[in-house]
Amino acid sequence: MRRHLVSAGDLSYDDALLVLDTATEMAALGQREIKKLPTLRGRTVVNLFFEDSTRTRISFEAAAKRLSADVINFSAKGSSVSKGESLKDTALTLEAMGADAVVIRHSASGAPHRLAYSGWIGGSVVNAGDGTHEHPTQALLDAFTMRRHLCAGSGDLAGRRVTIVGDVLHSRVARSNVLLLHTLGAEVTLVGPPTLLPVGVDAWPCAVSYDLDGLLPKSDVVMMLRVQRERMNAAFFPSANEYTRRYGLDLERASALPDHAIVMHPGPMNRGMEIAAEVADGVRSTIVEQVANGVSVRMAVLYLLLGGSRLSLEADSASAGDAAEPDR
Amino acid sequence: MASPADLRGGSLDPSTARPVLDGADIHRALTRIAHEVLERNKGADDLVVLGIPTRGVPLARRLAGRMAEVEGRPVPAGSLDITMYRDDLRLRPARALERTEVPPGGVDDRVVVLVDDVLFSGRTVRAALDALGDLGRPRAVQLAVLVDRGHRELPIRADFVGKNLPTSLRETVRVLLDEADGRDAVLLGSEHGGEAVRA
Repeated sequence: MRRHLVSAGDLSYDDALLVLDTATEMAALGQREIKKLPTLRGRTVVNLFFEDSTRTRISFEAAAKRLSADVINFSAKGSSVSKGESLKDTALTLEAMGADAVVIRHSASGAPHRLAYSGWIGGSVVNAGDGTHEHPTQALLDAFTMRRHLCAGSGDLAGRRVTIVGDVLHSRVARSNVLLLHTLGAEVTLVGPPTLLPVGVDAWPCAVSYDLDGLLPKSDVVMMLRVQRERMNAAFFPSANEYTRRYGLDLERASALPDHAIVMHPGPMNRGMEIAAEVADGVRSTIVEQVANGVSVRMAVLYLLLGGSRLSLEADSASAGDAAEPDR
Repeated sequence: MASPADLRGGSLDPSTARPVLDGADIHRALTRIAHEVLERNKGADDLVVLGIPTRGVPLARRLAGRMAEVEGRPVPAGSLDITMYRDDLRLRPARALERTEVPPGGVDDRVVVLVDDVLFSGRTVRAALDALGDLGRPRAVQLAVLVDRGHRELPIRADFVGKNLPTSLRETVRVLLDEADGRDAVLLGSEHGGEAVRA
């Protein structure tokens, strides 16, 4: 593993499988009476959240605590940030407090990259969502969920067809998923109104379509994205009803899916908008399971970034293969 | 690999390696240990055999199978990964986890027999005891190893030993098992690269 996790594209095929395999073992811990490991005792993880989040922050907090790390939660509201403190000064403060890892969510794309590679802090940086850029741990937990349902919990996702539907333009989840799923061998198709597909999407390692109904019978996974109204500063579609009629997943559309297919949503959902309540609560839906898997995947990421020696953090991902080898 | 030997040792230099136990020796040693475990515990009631990955796991399965033959009923076997409980995590890059599989009955109030291939510093067993403590509260814990090579760094001893093998710290002991390596053998030799690879 590398020292930071800023983009899902940073993960090589071996890295990605190592995280998923490690997460599988972490998930087994959830069944135990004592859901705690001593592994990160004495390490400090700072949750640096400049943007509102419930599930991601709680998920990272639970993951760090299950590994016995000390967790400091920092939200921009009620901090010196609201007095105008810069990201750099905040970072220097965290460094002075001895943070071993900083989990950062920021409304500006690229903030985690700046934090990781500017030399302000010595610890690891984990991107927990930056603007409309990336959300790599969400992609990892989505891949983990797909693997559980479609591949019996092991190996990669070679040949699995994943359809990602909706507001790709504002979605960091979609971008991270495309990169990671491509690494793992899945075939990804993005579907949405042309106004909600980003410029340059044709350069992404995935297909693009505007025809949801034609794709559903051939999909192993359909992932509905939230329509991010808070980020919409222009008219991207005529009306909510029209969006729902063309790109919403209702019961009728869901019935076109193959029997083994699963329905995913990164949350929070707009019920009745991109996904009907009956589908969100249906048997194919893995939406609640995704949240549970999030803790296992984040434990795996924190363990792999922080569990080893400082020296290993300096090494590039080429050494990850050695680390994964049994010792003899 | 759970054995502490590999923490200090590199890989075995094949030119110097000599076999100290062959397949038949390992078979006989496991059969004897199986009988010793049954004798000590007056049967297989409440026994759970847990192997420490990687080589301890097939050994644990064989041991449980041997005891099942003698007792005429199955003896539960599983595996116990100790990676997250090691005391040297910070000395090495983060490593991949192995599988922990506890038989359905759990370990509470059972007699757990831990199985590993080589007993060296005792640090692996220390970690295994911690890991076991998080799984439940066994009535007793016993330790069975195929090879005891000495050089303990903690007050730990094995209850059942396949072979006591006096070694120097410069030497490496390597256990090969059919399930993982295609043949059964215990090799003793000097390590590749000598001092340079020592942690």
